[in-house]
Order: sequence, then structure tokens, then C-alpha cells
Amino acid sequence: MDLRDTPDEELFRSGLRAWLGENRPAPAADVAEEEAEEAAEEEAHRDAERRNWSRRLYDAGYSGLTWPTEHGGGGRPSGYEAILFDELARAGAPQHLGVIGLGMVGPTIIAVGTEPQKASRLERILSADEIWCQGFSEPEAGSDLSAVTTSARLEGSHFVVNGQKVWSSYAHIADWCLLLARSDPASERHAGLTCLLVEMTSPGIEVRPLRQLTGEAEFNEIFFSGVEVPVENVLGEVGNGWEVAMTTLLHERGTLGFSLAAGLGVTMRRLIELAGDRGATPVQRDAIAREWVELEALRYTAYRHLSTPESGVPGPEGSLLKLQWSEANQRITKLALELLGPDAQLLEGNAPYGGYWQHLQLRSRGNTIEAGTSEILRNILAERVLGLPRSR
Amino acid sequence: MDFSSTPEQEELRAGARGYLADHPQPSWAELAALGWTGVSVPEADGGAGLGFLEEAVLFEEMGRALTHAPYWSTVAVVLPALPADLRAEVARGEASWTLATGPLVTDLDSATRVAYVGGDSIWELVGADREVLQTNDMTRPLGVVSGGEAGRRLSGSEVLPRLRTRSLTALSLEACGVGARALELAVDHAGQRLQFGKPIGTYQAVAHPLATTLLALDLGRSLALFAAWCIATDDPRAAIAAAAAKSHCAEAAVAACERSIQVHGGIGFTWEHVLHRLYKRALGIQSWEASSERLRAEIAEHLLGRGI
Repeated sequence: MDLRDTPDEELFRSGLRAWLGENRPAPAADVAEEEAEEAAEEEAHRDAERRNWSRRLYDAGYSGLTWPTEHGGGGRPSGYEAILFDELARAGAPQHLGVIGLGMVGPTIIAVGTEPQKASRLERILSADEIWCQGFSEPEAGSDLSAVTTSARLEGSHFVVNGQKVWSSYAHIADWCLLLARSDPASERHAGLTCLLVEMTSPGIEVRPLRQLTGEAEFNEIFFSGVEVPVENVLGEVGNGWEVAMTTLLHERGTLGFSLAAGLGVTMRRLIELAGDRGATPVQRDAIAREWVELEALRYTAYRHLSTPESGVPGPEGSLLKLQWSEANQRITKLALELLGPDAQLLEGNAPYGGYWQHLQLRSRGNTIEAGTSEILRNILAERVLGLPRSR
Repeated sequence: MDFSSTPEQEELRAGARGYLADHPQPSWAELAALGWTGVSVPEADGGAGLGFLEEAVLFEEMGRALTHAPYWSTVAVVLPALPADLRAEVARGEASWTLATGPLVTDLDSATRVAYVGGDSIWELVGADREVLQTNDMTRPLGVVSGGEAGRRLSGSEVLPRLRTRSLTALSLEACGVGARALELAVDHAGQRLQFGKPIGTYQAVAHPLATTLLALDLGRSLALFAAWCIATDDPRAAIAAAAAKSHCAEAAVAACERSIQVHGGIGFTWEHVLHRLYKRALGIQSWEASSERLRAEIAEHLLGRGI
């Protein structure tokens, strides 16, 4: 047990910190200050800037730190990724835009992809030349993902895809989609599913933004009508899509731990500043201290689970980190609203701190739904970590 | 950041768990023979020359086993205040200690010697009368001392904050052990007990609170191990880390026991079942040294400065 940076980690951290000092992009303007009609244009501009930033991270060697070197990654242990997230958060710099590609799709391609898939996709994920989205959830397949009905019918050298996906982040800017579809129409539930790599410019794809309760549109619906996907774009085996999707989701929850903890650390620092500005009652001080303790616990737990023998695929313990983070984020942001009092209702130019807390608090309600609801995560912990009998 | 244990620590844990499962109430001499009373005592003084991370393993395991011995009082609290020759006595199993810092004193039924704080020093208290009181947690009884006089001066009182940090951390580790065992019992029961034709663990009303318990205990274990590491390496964050750990772990252990009693149903409410003893130890840990609320007030002061 040694909770200090190793000499090499220290070197990496100081190099990264110096690089961020020189290269960190100017902080984005506060959302609340923008006129509504300009918002869409602003957003496109921000996405382009984030692609540039991601490219610079890549050029400097900070993209795909934990990926194997033969696939263009840094070949480093996950601890380095934790340092990267820490330092990005500390510098107020955004993360790489391709979170889905880097954290989920890429590792899955490395695990089960064909050589041509690896050769053509991986480098472009690292460099942010390709941004990825995920086509998993459907209107009738949320927590019960095995109920997907989007069909992939084999016709010669192509699969023809028809159906609808929903709650897909980044789909409006994505170049590629990792799609889970039913390739065997006679199949039910987990059998007969196939994962496909789908180019978003393919004819027959329509992306519609979903306006969420914060007023923004981070997520999208994706409609597929007669979309042709070459058979060489099957990821893993035909009919083995469920296993491939589960590998992806474990990566989603497992590798996210550090990034979530780093982000929550920033929120906590701002909460402490807020309490300094506005004052806090003894009960509020107690609540702030409690959240600080829980955040410390989240950080160390992310590291602790890292130290357990690595199988390459994150274990179900990742569910624990995501569960804790999402509920902590809801509590912390609600606490901030309480400290703000009636000012918490004010929007736009009148909103204190540029509307940071109001936005974050509303956004946090999605945290316990996206990437596995808290109910599903508790099922996973109960069944796969505690070993309780299955509930379904 | 590497949280993994050394193979020696793993071996110590497996050995301790196995031994305590068969002998949950070892005598002080037996603990000494196992080498546990001298874990951090230098080899020159008859100890193992190891550190707090190894002691941490034993605190956790003794919490799990509900060991009734003055181990926490002696090793976590008094040991760093003892001169070398007295530490050697502890390592040899010839003496055990408790520290009187307030009206209630722990382990007066078993500790052979009592230390107390007087002026700017910690002294041995000699010739005092002891009264052991009836307590909720029978595995760490409280009592009072009266009369007696100052014996040997053990150390300056400047070690007290360090002793408190060790005490809080050791209690956190004990809480981890208590909570983990309560959860294991609940999981076993929920997997076996049939109602409405199914194991009750298949019902999410039973399973989900157990997942929440797992989460709280797992987070607590990280806090306790971090605090233990800070102590072992003289890290300046040790005091606040210990406060954080104890504030969380004591609550998590109490909640784990309460959840486990509920999951067990009627059997969990009986005197025969071990659960009430785990529960009372958890409540004892919560009450001792500083409550979670009090520790959070200290943490708030650390984060926000003094309140109004």
C-alpha cells in the first residue's frame, strides 16, 4: 500500500501540469449568459473547439493513456488516467470529447474487434477524428436492454437496420455509432443480438435532439430506416451482441470512476466557496462535511478497486462508484440550492454564479437514470458482488 | 496510488481471521504469543518491528470477531506514549494498558495498568480503585477509577493528538469488521430463508438495502485504510483522515447491524443470535472518542473555518 505518486507518476503529473498551464483553453462562457437563439450555434462552435482540444490532448500523448501501445495508446496503468482526470479538473480544462470512443467503444474493439476494425478505427478515436455515440437504449428497452427490437437483417454482404434508438449522447456530432440490434428476428431477450459499427453518415439515419428538463439537448433519438451496414462492421460474433454490449457497459461504469470523482471534486470546491460567500447554518455545515467525507471515500474507493488484480475488464464494483457518485452529486447540488435560498430560482443574467448550481442540480436528476439506473446498479451489487439470488 | 496489501499483510489477515474464528476470546498472553501485542514494537524490544498498517489488519479482524481484550486500549491508544522498556513488556504480554481521559475508562476489567493525563504529561496511575460498570457493549466495558497516585511519567501530553488519531482510526477499522460481518450474516440469511416460496433475497425490498449497506461499508473501508496509511507514513493529513473515517465507519457499522437485524426478522431480535452483540459493539464504537456529528463539526471547521 502506497498512496503517494510513484516517481514516474510524479514526473507524469508535473509534466502534465506544466503542459496544461501553457495549453489550457479559455473557460467556456456561462450558458446562462447566452441568448437562447444563439445557443445552437454556440454549441456547434463549442463542439468544434472541444474537438480541437481533444486533438491537442492526443498530439501531446494524453489520449488513451491506458490503451495498449500497439493500438496507439500510452500502455500505462489506470492510475495515470486518474492523474489526468485530476489535473484536467484542477486546471478547469475539459476532458477529451470522445469519452464514449475512448472509454467504451475503443476498449471493446480492442477486446473483440477484428484486425481491420482495430486498424481503421482505434487511431481515429484517439485523435478525435472520429467521435462515437452509442445506440443501445430504445423507447421500450431501457433498464431491460435485452428487449431491443431494432432489427439488423442480413442481406448478402450487408445488414439492413431498421428501428429507433433513444438517449444517445453525442449522436448529433458523432461520426460513428456502436449499435445493438436484433439480428435474429425469431430470437428473444439476450440471444440473437449483434453489435454493429455504424457510420452516422449512412443513408437512412436521422438524428433528432431530445430537449431535457434542463432546457438543453445533450441526448438524441436516432432513427434507422433501411440503413445498410457491411458485414465486416459486426463487432464480435453475430448473435453475440449481448456479451459485447455488457463488456462495453462494464467499461462505461468502471473507467468512469476517476473522471466522476474528479468532477465531483470541482463541485465540492465550489460548494465550499459558496458556503464561504453565503454562510451556512450548523446543520448545513454538518451536511457539507458529510459530503466531503463521502467524496474522499469515493476517490479512495476508485483507487482501491484499481489495486485489485486486473482482468482487463472492470468488475461489477464499477457499479458501486457510479451509484455513489450519482447520488452524491444530487445531494451536493441540492445543498447548494439550499445555501442560495430564493436566489436559486433566478435564471439568466440574474442567476448567481452564472446559473452554475441551478443547471447542475437539474442535470443531476439524470445521473441516477443514465448509464444504469440506481435500481439496476443495486441489482448488480446485490447479485454479482453480494451473491444474492437473482430477482428476475 | 496503490491500495493493495502486501502478501505478509494478507497472510496476517487470513491467519488472524482463522485463529479468531476458533478462539474469539484469546487471553492477553495468547495475543502476545501470536506476536500481535508487539506488532509495531521495534525488534530490539521484542516486537515485530512492523507498523500501523499491520495493526490495522488486527483491529479490523478483532472487530469482526468481537474480541474482548484491551487490544485497542493498549495498542491503538497507549502504546506510543510508553517508554521503550514498557513497550517491551506489552510485546511480551506482561502488561496491557488503558488511558483515562475522562470519567469513563475502557477495559478496566482486563487492562493490567492505567495511564492518565495530568498537567503536561501522561502518567501511570497506581493504587487506584477500579469499578467496572454494566455496559451495553459487553466486549468493551467501561468503568471508573478513583483514588490512586501518579506513578511513573510515561510521556509528554503533546502525544495526545497523535493518540486520538490512532484511536479514531482503529475504531473505524473495528467498525469495518463489525459491519462486514453483520452484512455477511444478512446475505447468508437472505439467500436461505424462504418466504412465499422464494429466498427473501430475491425481493428487491430486501436486496437493495443490502446493496446500499455494501456501498456504505466499502466506502468506509477506503476511508479507514487511507487514515491507517496516513498514520503509518506520518502523513500530515492523518488527523482529518481519521475524523473522516470514524464519522463514516461508525455510522455505516451501526446501519449495517440495524439492516441485518431487520433482514433476519424475528431471529435477529433474539438474545441467542450474535447480531445484537455486533450491534452493541457498533453503538459502542459510535459513542466512543467522538460521535460522527462531533467529528463532522471538526471537519466543517477544517473546510469552512469557524462557524457563527
